[in-house]
This record gives sequence, structure tokens and C-alpha cells, in this order.
Amino acid sequence: MNYNWNWGIFFEPSPEGTGTYADMLLSGLLWTIATALCSWVIAFCLGSVIGVLRTLPNKAANAVGTAYVELFRNIPLLVQMFLWYFVLPEVLPQAWGNWLKQLPNAPFYTGVVCLGFFTASRVAEQVRAGIQSLPRGQRMAGTAMGFTVAQTYRYVLLPNAYRIILPPLTSEFLNNLKNTSVALTIGLLELTARARSMQEFSFQVFEAFTAATLLYVFINLIVITAASFIERSVAIPGQR
Amino acid sequence: MTSTPMPAPTPSNPVAPAGQAPTDDGLQTGNLTQPGTRTGETMIAIDNVSKWYGDFQVLTNCTTSVAKGEVVVVCGPSGSGKSTLIKTVNALEPFQKGQITVAGTKVLDKSTNLPKLRSRVGMVFQHFELFPHLTITDNLTIAQRKVLKRGSEDAKKRGLDLLARVGLSAHAHKFPGQLSGGQQQRVAIARALAMNPVVMLFDEPTSALDPEMVGEVLDVMVELAKEGMTMMVVTHEMGFARKVADRVIFMDRGEIVEDAHKDDFFGKPRSERAQTFLSKILQH
Repeated sequence: MNYNWNWGIFFEPSPEGTGTYADMLLSGLLWTIATALCSWVIAFCLGSVIGVLRTLPNKAANAVGTAYVELFRNIPLLVQMFLWYFVLPEVLPQAWGNWLKQLPNAPFYTGVVCLGFFTASRVAEQVRAGIQSLPRGQRMAGTAMGFTVAQTYRYVLLPNAYRIILPPLTSEFLNNLKNTSVALTIGLLELTARARSMQEFSFQVFEAFTAATLLYVFINLIVITAASFIERSVAIPGQR
Repeated sequence: MTSTPMPAPTPSNPVAPAGQAPTDDGLQTGNLTQPGTRTGETMIAIDNVSKWYGDFQVLTNCTTSVAKGEVVVVCGPSGSGKSTLIKTVNALEPFQKGQITVAGTKVLDKSTNLPKLRSRVGMVFQHFELFPHLTITDNLTIAQRKVLKRGSEDAKKRGLDLLARVGLSAHAHKFPGQLSGGQQQRVAIARALAMNPVVMLFDEPTSALDPEMVGEVLDVMVELAKEGMTMMVVTHEMGFARKVADRVIFMDRGEIVEDAHKDDFFGKPRSERAQTFLSKILQH
């Protein structure tokens, strides 16, 4: 292989004129983190609601939950990005569409919403599985104590379900973080996009993607450490 | 372990007329009637109740009643519908036909506030169903606080009093997973009592226990019965039935086959099915 290695490339100024290549990658990393965190807030809240809907003793609520999950998890994330970014502004009333198109940082907002809604469908399935894995008697016990349905979820079912699904939920968060890279297709300058432009400017493809890889792994290891800390701190004495 | 002195039961409130839901105040003092004060007032009236799962009928025209202060044991082979029947009393299991009236409140009535009704009906489950993420104290107080809106000090005092009564004061800070099955079931009984129920339902409370723990749970139940608590108990513990039941209901295939005074039931059950059942379970 005839390749001109240059690990010093990171400290050379990038053609954008705002700093070195390393700065460029780090700014990409920040966008990745911001997108992952914001979309996770949507995914977690919306996913919890949808997951609960699927476990309620109400056919209409089940149908809404099922429809949501099947819609959002059966369309490729990439297609969803295009739909939100290119198609939605055209099908909305013109004033809204124009407002969307002129939004500063539109790729960021669109990426956050798209990823949030997509991951919500997956979180919903985890939440549903967690609730359904609880003994049937727990719901009955809550109901028999005089709790309303909402109170039964709030005080009995959800605290236990979340503890059970914490490990798969961690994986889901990691997926969400890695999926932010799909938003490069709508112009979000996150870490993968930055690695690509570094490669295009400098032709140092190996260095660029080695750095991106290491940064992704580094962030994910932090997430995993935090998750296992949370797991330990909410563990119930005497269980398992 | 249950020898801790009981808080003296206050006299029941005699003014609450039948057919009208007693007020909460009435419930708080009237739940532990003294022995011998059975008034004949009907606490649970089960009237011609039928229930289907799709095409399959699980309950067929069940009619019986439980008077205030009465202890009624429900027995029968598995699949006979006894657990289902007891769960219809607080509408944990819906039913399609008939009516159930608990302390004057109709269960199958759109205007009935079911959570409120249920909060006055204590229920003890086969598998305890304590809330695993809460300490014993929180298990005893959460429904008092969130359903009855009691202050946390009052709720805690009531919960710990009852915990002492079932002999488990030393475990207040623990989690359910750290207790034995028998201990968990005693906490579950205390949790139900904390709500000042007018009636207690027991759904096979000792079936999931190791044999050596059955006694401690039955002791608590016997004591409760002696205090005059109205109880409906699904159980196979015929010793318990002999000792404290007033009446025994025998069910088979969703029907109430026999509904008799305890002595009559154990003396000579009228139906052949009850005779066969008794001879089978009393053999060992």
C-alpha cells in the first residue's frame, strides 16, 4: 500500500480557517453528543408513553401504540431523515414549510426530532416488554389497594419495569448515539461528517476515521460506565 | 410471634345504615368489630353472578353473602372458579351478569368509584405481591398516603403498629426480597389492614408458602378472625376452616355447589362432589 501517513495532520489548520483539524473533529463530536442527548429526551419520554399505551387494558390505546411502533420502526432511519427534512416542509401549509426551511440549524432540529421519534418506537418496545415481564399480580395488587390506573403505573409498574429494562435501554442509548451519524445525510456536521470532510480536504482517510472511531468508542465507554453506576445505585436489596 | 398485644378495637359505628356506603370515618373505627357483635348486617352480597371468558363460562349463577364479622371459607378443586369469584368482589375480575354489593356499594354500577371501593376491601394474594422496590415501611404506607391521603406521619404510625402486630417490627427498613415467604405474606396482610378495610379477601394466602411457614400466616389470620374481621378466604387449609370459619362454600366448575355452616359441611356434606373432594384432601 502506498499511503502517506501523517499523524500530525490533526494539528494542521483546517481549510475552514476556524482552527485545526482536531478542532473540527471535536466540534463534530459536540454536535453528535448534543443530538444524541436531545433526541434521547424525546425518545425516552415519548417511548415511555407509547410503551404504556400498549399495555393498557384499552383497545384504542393499544391500537395507537401499535400503529406508532410499527410505523416508526419499519421505515429505515435514512428514509425517515429524508422524509422529515425534504418532504415534510413541502407537504405542510406553505407558511409553516417556509418557516421550517429558514430555521437556523435546521439539520440539527430535524435530526433530533427524527432520531427521537425513531428511537421512541424502540424504547416503547422495551418499556412494554418490561411492564409485561412483571408478575400479573403486581398490577392486581396496585389496583386492589385502590390505586387508579395512573397511580398503579406511577407507583408500582414503572419503577420496576425501568429497573428491569435498564441494560437494554443502555444499548438503545448507544444505538441512538451512533445513529446520529445518519443525520450527516441532511447536512448535520456531526462527528462522522467532520471525519469525512477532513478526509476530503486532506486525503488522510485513515487518520480521520481512526480518530472518529476512537472518539465514538471513548464516548460509548463513558455511557456504559455511567449506566452501570445507575444500575448499581437503583438496584433493590434482596433482589436477584 | 403474634402475641403482641393488639390495639384495642374500637366499637363499631352502629349508625351507618345498610345500603348506604359508610363514611370514611365510620370505616376507620368500624372495621374491627369485637367478637360477638355480629349484627347480621350483610357486608358482601353476591347475587346471581356469572362470568365468561369468551365462550367459556367460569362462573355460573353464584349467589351467597357474607355477614359483618363472618368468616367464610371458599374451597373446591382447582379450576372451580373460587379465585375468580373472590376477585369479582372488588372487581379485579369483571363479570357480565348479576350484581355484587360490598358494604352497600354496587360493584357493577357505572357510578361506583371502583378505586375508592377497592381501598376499603383488603386483599391478600397467593404470591404476596408486595411492591419489591419499596421498603416494608413504604409498602405499608404508600396506599395510605396516595389513596387515603393520610399524612406521612399518621400513615407510618398506622403501618408500624400493624407491622408490630404481625410480629415484624425489626424488618421495617428491609425490602420484600430480604424476607421469607411467610414474613412477606404477614407484611401483605398488614398492608391490607393499614387501609382500614371493612372486609378482607384472601386468595389462597398459604398456597405458595413452604410448609413450615404456613402456620405463622394462619396464626395472623386466626387472630384477625377472632377480632371480628369480616373475611372471605379461598384456601385448602381445612384446619383453618374448622377452627375459625363460620361457613364453608364449596365450588366446582364455576358453581357454588354447597354453602353450609362449618359443622354441617365437615359433618356431612350433602353433595357427592363435596364428599369426594373432602375425602381426597382430608386423607393426608
